[in-house]
Amino acid sequence: MAELTELTLKAALDGLAAKDFSAEELARAHLEAIEAANPQLNAFVLTTPEAALEGARRSDARRARGEAGPLEGAALGVKDLFATEGVRTTAASRILGDFKPPYESTVTANLWRDGAVMLGKLNLDEFAMGSSNETSAFGPVVNPWKGRGSNQALTPGGSSGGSAAAVAADLCLGATATDTGGSIRQPAAFTGTVGIKPTYGRCSRFGIVAFASSLDQAGPIAKTVEDAALLLRSMAGHDPKDSTSLPVETPDFAAAVQRSVKGLRIGVPEEYRLDGMAPEIAAMWDQGIAWLKDAGCEIRSVRLPHTRYALPAYYIVAPAEASSNLARYDGMRFGYRGEGRSLSEVYEATRGEGFGAEVKRRILIGAYVLSAGYYDAYYLKAQKVRRRIVQDFETAFQEVDALLTPTAPSAAFGLGERVADPIAMYLNDVFTVTTNLAGLPGLSLPAALDAQGLPLGLQVIGRALDEETVFAVAGALEKAAGFRAKPERWWA
Amino acid sequence: MAIDAATVRRVAKLARIAEPEERLEPLAQELSAILDWIEQLDEVDTDGVEPMTSAVAAALPMREDVVTDGQKRDAVLSNAPRQADGFFVVPKVVE
Repeated sequence: MAELTELTLKAALDGLAAKDFSAEELARAHLEAIEAANPQLNAFVLTTPEAALEGARRSDARRARGEAGPLEGAALGVKDLFATEGVRTTAASRILGDFKPPYESTVTANLWRDGAVMLGKLNLDEFAMGSSNETSAFGPVVNPWKGRGSNQALTPGGSSGGSAAAVAADLCLGATATDTGGSIRQPAAFTGTVGIKPTYGRCSRFGIVAFASSLDQAGPIAKTVEDAALLLRSMAGHDPKDSTSLPVETPDFAAAVQRSVKGLRIGVPEEYRLDGMAPEIAAMWDQGIAWLKDAGCEIRSVRLPHTRYALPAYYIVAPAEASSNLARYDGMRFGYRGEGRSLSEVYEATRGEGFGAEVKRRILIGAYVLSAGYYDAYYLKAQKVRRRIVQDFETAFQEVDALLTPTAPSAAFGLGERVADPIAMYLNDVFTVTTNLAGLPGLSLPAALDAQGLPLGLQVIGRALDEETVFAVAGALEKAAGFRAKPERWWA
Repeated sequence: MAIDAATVRRVAKLARIAEPEERLEPLAQELSAILDWIEQLDEVDTDGVEPMTSAVAAALPMREDVVTDGQKRDAVLSNAPRQADGFFVVPKVVE
């Protein structure tokens, strides 16, 4: 039998049900893998071994009593943006200090309700603002993948870089993540893992450190499409504590993975074929189209004419919402407090010292575009462009059932390569940010390796609340791609 | 519409972020580059377009106006940088 850490979530759940091994053994195997790998990968910012083993023993007891939940005994990682009761939650920012939430986020509470076990908290870009994990106050995560014959440290993507790296390196069976502009899907693409951002409102935002409230959504990063479906089913569900949480039933996503895609109409948006697109990305996309055609899908070219305006609109909407959300970090009630002679000076010192450079940059942009005299020119304009982008999707979805695109414009790049140019960094999200603005579900799955041996991802976009079709299409692509590559274990 | 150092100083003040004097000019350049890139939005015809204020077309739910939570003083104070006698301790605000 393979090592316990190499199992998929589904295989691990089956093994637990068959009593091949216990939840305690499963948790222990993962904790040992984390201990060996984390000094190199920096994926976890906190591990909770005692709580994990105790939780695993309680899980074994529940199973023995015949009370096993759908994720009973699953050893998971949690992005350090989710409030975990009594366990330090930092958003990878200095400003939260040693903040220990006295409450649990709804998404993680749902996972524990279903029997899952937490191994620890995962690294991320500070306040989820970044595409390379380099804005973390804990330092960047290192991608488990390396280019063939190269020793260069690569980014795992961001902001959920810790989640993606931990899953790719078999440090956990799956992980929670969040996605405001691509923060689940781009890291999944960079690490050969599967990630889905569900429809806005599918998962409760209660207890998730807020970045841009109209865009933030939680979702899983997992080893397979089926694993992602199993995790999302537990994470999702209506929550009265989040007024934007949708009062809808959560479907059996894993059943949808097995559905036939015969006769589905798949849209290929012409505007995503950027000038100068890397030939390997274009080839992978064409291959994905061919796979779906072989599976009986009808391929149609569609137009999303406002695509190129999505990122600039996002960089008004997201910083504006962030500048409002992050106003709460004033050093008075929790977290870091700076020194000063007056209240104003204390505020300014707290925020000047507590926030990192990218977070400050975005707060300043947000404060600027919301300030008197500029609101209409920037913020109102961006909200109108956002409507245009939604209308593009509405028109396309009259003709097709799902869209197929690349997830990111490149494979994982070197740490340090793009930090100096914010706009080059922002362009990582060019294919993912549109679905955040429109609130639609988007899933990334690994489809191919590039010439350097690095994974590339395909993205499937669906109608609002139609994750089932997204999972069905992703299931068909996964089967056709037969992607089995794993990074070499240079860290252990 | 480039941002100058004085504008950065004003916005940083609005956002209550201390920025050292020598950072104002570099920040002005960074923010100007980002805003110049954003200005391509002017190309989009948005006449008569309703601004989008919510990602989902759902009405905000109503609930009974009743107390659902409370009596958690110690939990609320548990992360305070400074506290005394069940209160947050903050810098003096009234002269």
